Formats: sequence, C-alpha cells, structure tokens
Amino acid sequence: MKPVLRILIGTSIVLMLGAYVLPLWHILLDAPQYPEGLELKIWLNGLSGNIDQINGLNHYIGMKHISIADFREFKILPYAFGMVLLLGAVAAVINSRKLAITWFLSLCLFGIAGFTDFYIWEYNYGHHLNPHAAIKVEGMYYQPPLFGYKQLLNFTAGSLPDTGGIIVGIGGVLAALPLIKRKKSKINNEKNLHTPDDRRLAV
Amino acid sequence: MKISIIKLLPLAIILLSSLAIYSCKPGKVGSKLDADAAQKVYVAPGKYDEVYAFLSGGFSGQVAAYGIPSGRLLKVIPVFSQNPENGYGYSEETKPMLNTSHGFVPWDDSHHPELSKTNGEDDGRWLFINGNNTPRIARINLATFKTDEIIELPNIGGNHASPFCTENTEYVVGNTRFSEPLDFEKGDVPINSYKKTFKGAVSFVKVDKGTGSMNLSFQLIVPPFNYDLAHAGKGVSHDWLFFTCYNTEEANTLLEVNASQRDKDFIMAINWKKAEELIRQGKGVKTPVKYAHNVYNEKTHTASSQIESGTLTLDVTKYPGLVYYMPCPKSPHGVDVAPDGEYIAASGKLAAVIPVFSYKKMLTAIDKKDYDGMIDGTLPVLKYESVLHGEVKQPGLGPLHTEFDGKGYAYTTMFVSSEVVKWKIDNLQIIDRIPSYYSPGHLSIVGGDSKKPYGKYLLSLNKITKDRYLPTGPELPQACQLIDISGEKMKLLLDFPTIGEPHYGQMIPADKILKNQVKFFKIEDNKNAYVTRAEKDSKVVRTGNRVDVYMTAIRSHLAPDNIEGIKMGDEVYVHVTNLEQDWDVPHGFAIKGANNAELLIMPGETSSLKWTPDRSGIFPFYCTDFCSALHQEMQGYFRVSPAGADTPLKFSIGVNPVTQ
Repeated sequence: MKPVLRILIGTSIVLMLGAYVLPLWHILLDAPQYPEGLELKIWLNGLSGNIDQINGLNHYIGMKHISIADFREFKILPYAFGMVLLLGAVAAVINSRKLAITWFLSLCLFGIAGFTDFYIWEYNYGHHLNPHAAIKVEGMYYQPPLFGYKQLLNFTAGSLPDTGGIIVGIGGVLAALPLIKRKKSKINNEKNLHTPDDRRLAV
Repeated sequence: MKISIIKLLPLAIILLSSLAIYSCKPGKVGSKLDADAAQKVYVAPGKYDEVYAFLSGGFSGQVAAYGIPSGRLLKVIPVFSQNPENGYGYSEETKPMLNTSHGFVPWDDSHHPELSKTNGEDDGRWLFINGNNTPRIARINLATFKTDEIIELPNIGGNHASPFCTENTEYVVGNTRFSEPLDFEKGDVPINSYKKTFKGAVSFVKVDKGTGSMNLSFQLIVPPFNYDLAHAGKGVSHDWLFFTCYNTEEANTLLEVNASQRDKDFIMAINWKKAEELIRQGKGVKTPVKYAHNVYNEKTHTASSQIESGTLTLDVTKYPGLVYYMPCPKSPHGVDVAPDGEYIAASGKLAAVIPVFSYKKMLTAIDKKDYDGMIDGTLPVLKYESVLHGEVKQPGLGPLHTEFDGKGYAYTTMFVSSEVVKWKIDNLQIIDRIPSYYSPGHLSIVGGDSKKPYGKYLLSLNKITKDRYLPTGPELPQACQLIDISGEKMKLLLDFPTIGEPHYGQMIPADKILKNQVKFFKIEDNKNAYVTRAEKDSKVVRTGNRVDVYMTAIRSHLAPDNIEGIKMGDEVYVHVTNLEQDWDVPHGFAIKGANNAELLIMPGETSSLKWTPDRSGIFPFYCTDFCSALHQEMQGYFRVSPAGADTPLKFSIGVNPVTQ
C-alpha cells in the first residue's frame, strides 16, 4: 500500500474513535405539546436524553419501559468495536492490503449487525404492547423508523445519525478507499508503461 | 313675504348663534392613537413579548406579570395574600410566609414593585415589593416567580415609602406613611399628643449580594411627618436617599384639610453612607422590637418564620450632616432621580409646578449653610432657591410621578388633569402631552428609574376606567395605557385592564429574566421533610390522631389512591410529591369538603394540605390540573370511620400491569 493509504486508514481509525466520546444515533420525537422536542441518544455504551419523559409517554400505549440495563449490547459493543479498530491499526502498521480489506469487510459486517440489532429492538418495542394499555388503536404499532421520519399518533418520530455516527460514517468511507485506489493504480501502472521513461526501461 | 322674512330674522339669528356656541364647546382632547398601533402591539401567536411588566396588585396584595407590548397577563404571583388557586398561604409549606408579629395576616396592600439593581441598572434577579398595611417587604425570585422572603418592619405604621433600592441593592429602604409611637415606647397615648409622641422610622434592609436574603440592618428615627415615596441617588448622588414628606403640619385629624395648609412640605435627603458609617462605629441604639422574618427554602420547598427581636436605631437629630430638608411645593408624592443622578424631580400633588432640584446645588447649599430654618432644632432646611434647578411651569393638574427615557426627557403623570406630560430635563420645557383614561397614579418606563433606561414603552397606570371597557356592574377594573415614547410625540398604542390596582409597575427587557428561568425542580434535590421520591415509597403513617399521607403524583395517578382507617378526630396531612421531571406538568390535589384550599404542585416539588374530616364516609380526592389525557382518571378515595371504629389503617394502589 502507498503511504497515503496507510495515512488514510490511520485517519479513519482516529475518526472512528469518536464513537467513544460522541453519540452515534438519535431518535427525535416532536408533538404539538412538545415543541422543544424529545430526544433519545444512542451511544456505543448506553442511552441518554429524555428517557424518563419518553417512558412516561410510552406507558399510555403500553410500550415496554426503556431501561439501559436491558441492553447487553452496551456491555459488549465498546470492546467489539475496539477489536475491529485494532485490526485496522495492525493492517496499517504491517502494511498489509489483505488485512486492510479484511478490516473494511469486518467494519461492514459490524454495521450490518448493528443495524439489524437496532431494527429488532425497535420492532419489539413497537409491537409488543401491553394489552392493558390505556390507549389502544386498532392495527397501530409504534415501531420507530430505522432511518428517516415516521408519524406515530401525535408524534413525528425521526431516526438519524448523531454527531458520532456521522464522523464514524466518514471514517468508513475513508476505510473503503484502499480498495478503490488499488484498481486505479493498476490502470495507472499500465498507462505508465507508455511513458518515455518506462519505454526506456523496457528497452 | 318680505315682512315675514324680517320677522323670522331674529329667530334665525338665535338659532345660528346657539349652534355656533354649541360647536364652540371645548371638545375632549383628541385621542392620540398611533395609526400603526395594531402592528406595534401585535405579538404573533407563539412569539414572546419584548418586555416583562411587573405591576403591583394594590389591594389584591399580589404582583402580576404582563407581556409588553401585547398587554397579556402571564402570571399572578402570590405575595401577601393567600391564593387558594395554588395553595400559597394555605399549604403547610407556605403558611409561615404570611406570619407577622400580629400573627397570621393573609392579605395586604402591595404598592411598589422594585427590581434589584446592579450599577444602577435592573439586573433581573429579584423583585421587591412593599406590604403597605402590615409593614412588610417581600422578595420575589425572578427565576421561579415565587415569593422567597418576607420581612416585617417594626416601629412604623404603614410601609408606603418602600421598597427602594440603593444603586447596587446594598439596601432596600422603607419609611412610614403613618407616623406612630415607636414599638418599644408607650403606645397608649392621647392621639393629640402626636407632635410629641409620634415618630417616623426609615428602615434599612440589607440585601445579601449572592442570595438576596434580607435583614433589617438599622432604622433612622425621623420627625413625625407622613412619608410617601423615595428614591436612591445614583452615580454622583450614590450616597444619598430622597424621601417625600407631607403632613409636615404634623396634623392628627382631618388631614385632607389640616395637612394641606403649608405652602411647602419637604424632600428629606439622607446621607445613607454616613448613617451606615455611624452604625459601623457602634452609634446604633439597640431597641427591643419584635418582627417576623419569613424565608422560603427552594430545596425543602418549605417556608419558615422566625420572630426576630431587637434592631438598631439612630436618632437623626443627634447626628448633624445626616439629614437635610429641601422645601417642595404642597404635599409631594413622588421623588424621582434622573439617570445621571444630578436632577431630582418632585411632584407636589397640589402644586402648579414641578420643581426639579439639583444635587450639585444641594451640596453647595449644605457647604454654605444656606439654611431656611431648622426642623426639631437640629435638622437644616435648605433654601428652596438655592437647591432648585428650575420649575416646569404649567405642567397640568395634580403632578404625581416622574420617570425618564435616558434621552434627556422626563415624563410626569397628572392625576387631576388625567394626562402624561413629557418635558425636557435641561430647559424644563414641555414637549408633549397625552391624555390618560383616567386619573393616572404612577407611570412606568422600561428601566425608567434606572441609570440606563431602555425607554420605548411607557405605561400609564390608571385608577378609573369608567367607559373604557364593557361594564361589569359597579365594580370596574383598573387599567394601563401603553404609550410609545420612541419618537418626539407620545403615541397611544393600547389599553388593557389589570388585576387589583396597578399601583406601580416596573418593566424590564425580557432577555434579562428569560436567561435565569427554572423549568422544574430536580426530584433528587427535593429536601422536603415529607418528600416521597418514588411511588414505591408512598405510605400512610399514623402518630396518635395525626395521619401523614406520603403521596406521589405522576401522569395519571395518585399513589396511594385507596386510603382507609382514618377516623373522626384525626388531623390528616397529605404530602403530595409531583414526580414529573418535565416542564409544564404540574399536578393539582383537592379533597371534597377541605376547608382551606387545593394544591398546585410543580414538577419535583412537595406540598402538604392539612385536612380535618368533618364526618365519616367516603371522600374523593383528585388532581385539579388538567395534566394529561387520563387526568380525569387521576383520583382516589379516603374512607373516614367514626371515632373509635376498628377500621385498620390501609393504603393501596392497584397493580399497574403496564409499568410492571
């Protein structure tokens, strides 16, 4: 790998370290009575924001209480993500393109697993409603969107990357560059054969 | 035909001339309604007003906050009067706020709101207001809009000339409207011994810079005049305080006539720095008096009342250089210090001019001993001409109060001619006048008594409304007129009715208040002795015939909601903690037949209602603040059994499957 690619991998890792200090994702709730909005922030290792208020409201529709203790993921995620980042660091240090590709693929896998898990939680919260709930609307489920906005009764629910998520995303794009660059440099090598210097070498 | 015309001529002349006379009748002064008034006072739905106006409620004993320029009523802040709507003065926590040396006094007559000041500017931290009747000063916290402290003032008859802040709120001061024998002297004296036995007392209440907490530092004993209003100097005149005195005749009956005899009464100038220094030197005389000092603690959400004893007094006649009198025409009402601290406008309510005094000239007159006699042998009266900057001629009838716009102009209310008059401070020329509807007392300009007025709006605070609004029987509202003072000419923008009597008001740009607003109280900081921080901790405890109910409120239930085992003869204290931790989710609490009030409990707060059941049976209780979609379900029952019944004490709330 060219030094520039190794620097890119390094930069990508530094950006992804942001996941440890910044929230990755947030769910935003807006309703006429909540002009200031409610927010649930999702971190690598937990949740923050208006959890109590959201739980207070959710009890009307019989949604399960959101409790950080229920999420075993938050205990594992910081380590799992750390391992993945470590893999990238090793790839950069020992200058192995193969390892860099493995790293990128494991990042993708990590992302897919993360979003699948997120979806499952959302599905369960939104569908498994207590039958004794005060408010029951025929055929209504309260699964928040995976990405984007959705109307849930009087609330507009939004699900969007937060600052940490955006920075990790940029890191992910940088992590993909070694793959693309390689192809380009192959083409460049062929072209280079036609430069006067290369011809001389060929002679 | 000709003859008949000639015959008719006198009739025609009479008709024409009577028409002319009729049309010559002086009309009402035309309204000076601004053509763009609707635009200027329109605050679109969802938008905030630019300015807060805090108007006293007069005989209501409270303070009301309005948004300006819309004139919308935002909140009535209970201060001196019980307020059954939210339980102020009824709940166990707030009852001590209304304690006095006379016992529980659940009402008063609140006159003069005064914003706390830093460097002579309104700082938006606290609002002080006087209880005129049972002499008291209250401090309202402008972060919570709650009354945080009330201190009673001994030795005085009516705390009218109060509360006025010195430039950095070092002190708020007050003086008596009714002189009377001092509390520690024999009070049982013939009323006509007034001149000998009655006194005035200027109270200096020290205000803590950090917490705002008040304490009565000392009192100056002054001659038995009636004291109407005051203002502290600022800038150059920082060290001085100015009080208006009327009834310098020292009459004790039919004051309407007997106190209006002298051509001139006085402005009393007090060097408060000197008084402070004398107290520091230990010149104060410890005098035995009793007065209540009530403090509301935001952490315990509970007030406590303490009867303090003793204060330091200083007889001003014994200390030359402390007090000087400036003669002022006929029964002065207001005394107002211009933003630069140099000019002092006083308003003799029966005078034909507005005298404006010069601080510089006052100092020179003192230096030169330019005296015009003495009061009580040792207190110099300065010569009127020596201290006068000039007089505003023919301002109108019944000048009362003046405020300033910071652009060199002053504005004075005319009670009798019902108008506001704008005049220039330096040359004392009248610039403009605008009618008031009707009979204005005080007026208020945004920051108008501070060093840096914000200007722009003026409120004329009126006593009489007559035909201004849809009639409401014999008892009509009092009102305000909002006047635009941003231009050369004053322009009427709006008028709106108020609660009680808008005796005086202070206005402040909204951003100075907004930045400190508290939205709710943190439940973990709630240190109330009867707090219940979680529903699982709710309980009912019997101690003899006292029953304490530790209740929680959260959308949408009260816990416990079935309580049995209360017996006739019990005193039940229900301590309700609002567990909500969000803005604008109060809960109410009310019991059928409760003889006191309901409660309104803010998020994170605990409030207690005492209830003595009057019969056995079932008593519903419920939330009175429409808190949520299931508010109507937020209810429960007490079961009250006859005295001596063996109903066991039981409390419960149904299992909530949703939150399990």
